[in-house]
Amino acid sequence: MQKEAAIREPLILGHKTYHDITEDVCRPIEDKAPKMWYILFGIALVIGLYGVGAICYLLGTGVGVWGLNKTIGWAWDITNFVWWVGIGHAGTLISAVLLLFRQKWRMAINRSAEAMTIFAVFMAGTFPLIHMGRLWVGYWTLPLPNQFGSLWVNFNSPLLWDVFAISTYLSVSLVFWYIGLIPDFATIRDRAKKPVSKKMYSILSFGWSGRAKHWNRFELVSLVLAGLATPLVFSVHSIVSFDFATSVIPGWHTTIFPPYFVAGAVFSGFAMVQTLLLVMRKAMKLEAYIHTKHVEYMNIVIMVTGSIVGTAYITELFISWYSGVEYEAYAFLNRATGPYWWAYWSMMTCNVISPQLMWIRKLRRSLLFTFFISIVVNIGMWFERYVIIVTSLHRDYLPSAWSMHFPTHIDIAVYIGTIGLFFVFFLLFARYFPVLALNEVKTILKGSGQSYKELPDYHEHH
Amino acid sequence: MSDKVIYVMYDDDGALKDSAKKLVSKGVKINEVFSPFPIHGIDPIIGVKNTRLGIMAFLYGLTGLTLATIGMRYFMVVDWPMNIGGKPNFTYLENILAFIPISFEFTVLCAAHGMAITYLLRNKTLPGIPAQNPDPRTTDDKFVMEIRMSENQSVTEEELDGLLKDTGYLELDKKEVK
Repeated sequence: MQKEAAIREPLILGHKTYHDITEDVCRPIEDKAPKMWYILFGIALVIGLYGVGAICYLLGTGVGVWGLNKTIGWAWDITNFVWWVGIGHAGTLISAVLLLFRQKWRMAINRSAEAMTIFAVFMAGTFPLIHMGRLWVGYWTLPLPNQFGSLWVNFNSPLLWDVFAISTYLSVSLVFWYIGLIPDFATIRDRAKKPVSKKMYSILSFGWSGRAKHWNRFELVSLVLAGLATPLVFSVHSIVSFDFATSVIPGWHTTIFPPYFVAGAVFSGFAMVQTLLLVMRKAMKLEAYIHTKHVEYMNIVIMVTGSIVGTAYITELFISWYSGVEYEAYAFLNRATGPYWWAYWSMMTCNVISPQLMWIRKLRRSLLFTFFISIVVNIGMWFERYVIIVTSLHRDYLPSAWSMHFPTHIDIAVYIGTIGLFFVFFLLFARYFPVLALNEVKTILKGSGQSYKELPDYHEHH
Repeated sequence: MSDKVIYVMYDDDGALKDSAKKLVSKGVKINEVFSPFPIHGIDPIIGVKNTRLGIMAFLYGLTGLTLATIGMRYFMVVDWPMNIGGKPNFTYLENILAFIPISFEFTVLCAAHGMAITYLLRNKTLPGIPAQNPDPRTTDDKFVMEIRMSENQSVTEEELDGLLKDTGYLELDKKEVK
């Protein structure tokens, strides 16, 4: 058992035993769902279905139903894609990077953060697929033998790198998440009383029995997967940024993009984790496991990544002038003072100023304030992608081709619909899956639990 | 051949570890330990060797890297060289920079999935397989040690009972198995 400094705040509050942890996590799954769950689920489902309807209409009619035009060929679709992929970066970062750094506070949040990641990447994946207009030829992005004169996909193109990056990221995150879930499903299986749920959780738990050898393998597999997933997290959003950075459009063609996008992704991902967890911990009575200290740690991550993003914005602005390239300089001047000034300044306010407030200890430990900022950050991060994409495109080289982008109701419906679907998935997860890595949390109870830290002999023997 | 299996249950991971240490020093072989979470330090006591799955992951990764290299060289250089913006594409080496992202992604893909599949197969944990833990409480807050008499010819059952008595176990269960 690992001991830690006495002044370090305990990670598990109250006088919990191993059994209490099992009870606290399994109770919401075994009890009837509260009325509020049904209400939220209903709302999310209606919004989600509205989005599905809009997607069907889009596929039946063509991409013309979006507000795109000859100048602005990419707008809300790719903005939403990058936004969702960015959000989908927190889960794997929490479970992989923080595992490598031996950060024990990750254990309370990694399960739900990873679930959020997977659902966010689902939503992200929707956009590249539907923007093809012909969803059924989506498999053309894969290097498959074909009858078109052995025409292969272009391995020099960042768009193809993206196909590989996103699908690898999604499937590896899914495996990482599920391997962690197996022992926890076994716990639920062994407690289940109703035959149907016993059967379901028995299938989901793969017959896990908790042998010493299996735990030995489990720990190594988690470690190696974390080692693999860590560079993967960084590579995925770097590759997403290559979609822009390797092009020649002023405003996109910058080498700063990969680190800047990765920092932005972590920034928005943690914000989404905060939004969801602050509600979940309350609704599922998990305040003893996810408490102010966890929120504070996450706010520090938001502050640091927010500062990186802020630095990147200012660097970009400076370099556009310093480079002496007038097209580049104009692109940035136009962002700040052109017709899309409101989007630019919303982005600046939400992403540069708001995370700086987290320097104040009182604010970063305030749950209400954190919830508010987490939503502000996500709005800001959506605007960031919108600003990068639309303002760089809308001023073409020929002034006669200058244009504006106006979203149609299908643009809006598809976007709002993915938010609905995301919440449908997340609510189902919260209802049927163990939202806390309960067996992992038990391993830190003696080292970081309040009742154990308060024992007089905590620091005396090992 | 009939065999007798003794299941000793503890309500604390530390208690089980101390007891295992004591039993092993007396020459008792502990066949298996079931616990709700990994008990750190139990493996060397009961003689569980470290897994070699890490080596497998490396080999799977290497396979992925090789496949990606062979594939991209064939698609982009041998079968149908594409001239994109006059960029060099005559040899794999000239074009290698563009191939790094996918080489990396495919390496990770193969390493992660190969290892995960091997892990599930080696554990014999797959959908539909029934649970094998001796007591449902071992996935909650109880820790069980399994001792097989057939593997402990040097001690009699009475001697073992005497040894176990002092370890502060919670429950003791004996089963005849075929």
